[in-house]
Amino acid sequence: MSRATLGTGHSSDKFHCRDDQVTEAGLTMLNRTADSVARATPEPLARKVRGISDKGLAWLFISPTILLLLAINIFPLFWAIYLSFTNYRANRPNEVVRNVGLANYKRILGDQDIWIAMQTTAHFVFWTILLQTLIGFTLAWLIDRKFRGHAFWTTIILVPMMLSPAVVGNFWRFLYEPQIGLFAYAISFVTGIPATQIGMLSNVSLAPWSIVIVDTWMWTPYVMLICLAGLRSIPEYIYEAAEVDRASNWRQFWSITLPMALPFIMLAVLFRGIENFKMFDMVNLLTGGGPGSTTEVASITLKRQAFESWRTGYSSAFAIILFVAVFGLANIYVKALNKVKQR
Amino acid sequence: MSLTSAHSVVAPSPTSKRVAGTIIVLYALISIVPLLWIFATSFKTPPDSIAYPPKILFQPSLEGYCNLFSTRTRQTPEYINSLGPATGVCDETVRKRNMVIAGPSNFMPRFVNSLIIAFGSTFCAVFLGTLSAYGFSRFKVPLADDLLFFILSTRMMPPIAVAIPIYLMYRELGLSDTALGMILLYTAVNVSLAVWLLKGFIDEIPREYEEAAMIDGYTRLQAFWRTVLPQATTGIAATAIFCLIFAWNEYAFAALLTSGTAQTAPPFIPTIIGEGGQDWPAVAAGTTIFLVPILVFTILLRKQLLRGITFGAVRK
Repeated sequence: MSRATLGTGHSSDKFHCRDDQVTEAGLTMLNRTADSVARATPEPLARKVRGISDKGLAWLFISPTILLLLAINIFPLFWAIYLSFTNYRANRPNEVVRNVGLANYKRILGDQDIWIAMQTTAHFVFWTILLQTLIGFTLAWLIDRKFRGHAFWTTIILVPMMLSPAVVGNFWRFLYEPQIGLFAYAISFVTGIPATQIGMLSNVSLAPWSIVIVDTWMWTPYVMLICLAGLRSIPEYIYEAAEVDRASNWRQFWSITLPMALPFIMLAVLFRGIENFKMFDMVNLLTGGGPGSTTEVASITLKRQAFESWRTGYSSAFAIILFVAVFGLANIYVKALNKVKQR
Repeated sequence: MSLTSAHSVVAPSPTSKRVAGTIIVLYALISIVPLLWIFATSFKTPPDSIAYPPKILFQPSLEGYCNLFSTRTRQTPEYINSLGPATGVCDETVRKRNMVIAGPSNFMPRFVNSLIIAFGSTFCAVFLGTLSAYGFSRFKVPLADDLLFFILSTRMMPPIAVAIPIYLMYRELGLSDTALGMILLYTAVNVSLAVWLLKGFIDEIPREYEEAAMIDGYTRLQAFWRTVLPQATTGIAATAIFCLIFAWNEYAFAALLTSGTAQTAPPFIPTIIGEGGQDWPAVAAGTTIFLVPILVFTILLRKQLLRGITFGAVRK
């Protein structure tokens, strides 16, 4: 058997030709069916060679990961589903556990506080994503001009997103201090409002914006980086053709740049959406959900119910609802994303 | 894509380049201010750190770092004068505040915990991830897409939702507040990233190399060891750094599942308090020490960053 026959129909060919077409690769990631072609049949030759069969080796390689995930992720998930139908409280392990059926779920859906937390989460997710997409795309669009030193400044801009949200969120508490903080000082310097009146973390109407600002500061670079990849994936000849057709810059932006970068923008929105829906660390250290419950996003409510009130059954039910919501919304979104991509 | 050239009709004009450059530099400078402020605050004295208006110029001091690494007790000036000469910079700084060093603080052990847990879980995640990624990349695995999707979906769960049953499970198994428990948990969280990233990297290595090796008489395992692994080194290193950064930065699980012996730095740093409130120079010092490794890694990772943060979905 020659090398030539061995090399046909292999996944590597497929990936080689799409190195530059990042859109293609990007969108298959959540698409459950797209990659099936990539896994070629094992060569008959491989079975003849010494050692373990390919099938055995495949399972030997994959099963440890699957087992770990079953033990640390799936088993606990099923346990949580079981607990969500009970009145179990983790701080009273010796009490008799009663099956309460759907009572926990009914109570959550009728609970005013839960709905307020969901609204707070929605406010947080909506504004962070809107701001990050607008600023991130604009920055990417400017960086794509490839001015001198753009690589260096891009790296500087990227730094905030690599840092620990918890540790940085904690430090922002200091920057927000009305009397001594740099943020309050800068705002009062620009607007003339006395710094003592800029209580970002104590004012009920400002607090929800304080978490939006920190999250936007941290994660705009993330959206920017993905948008930049999108802009760089647009082939130059399309612009050249548009130039020949005398399309205005404005027209080129709306007809070429934006539509072709759209799948990338949507991918960034997907990732940020999932992450911010789960947001816990930064908010917990910055505001802890306060003042009152004005910045109590869903994860903070969940923590308060589960680890402060110890309503384990109730909070498990809420956790399941949140998980189903993320999972469902992400799936609907991926379908929309694939439609945009096919257009 | 080598179509871009200096003669291209659509190259941005010098003016637009200058305007774009100015805006980007301004944004970069403003966005880096909070980090510079952390760094500056770590070298301030506590009174300087809470001065109004905020002090940009100040006499640098090591008090923040001294306070970070030590616990102190207040003493009378007479007692301090009765002691011999100060034995070091910290001793001297602390004595000026009428205090003596009582012992080391918890920062070092927490920092070491962070190191052990981050490196331990990264090693495990990359080890398991490399094997699985090779399996998914080269063999026909039944339900491969479902398995890959399952591996990814474990990452969509809110950490608090995962923490509730894990808390109960670890309590039963005696893994609460242990480094082993945290390593297992972080490995499970990171393995999804490792599999997805490494599958992308291994897919890019032509199969012909292994096949040639196997024709030469190597077994599949030997071929994997001697041809695939050496070629995947860059990918494995990049993946490892991403796992390391996640484990290093993680807060939610650490805050809920550890309280003492296995506590990592992120939940510890916010608890550093001095007399009459948070000791901001010490917090800033801890934050600075904690952030420096990440800054180094970010610069090393520049080229792979995009791929890492999108689970390998976007490649360049």
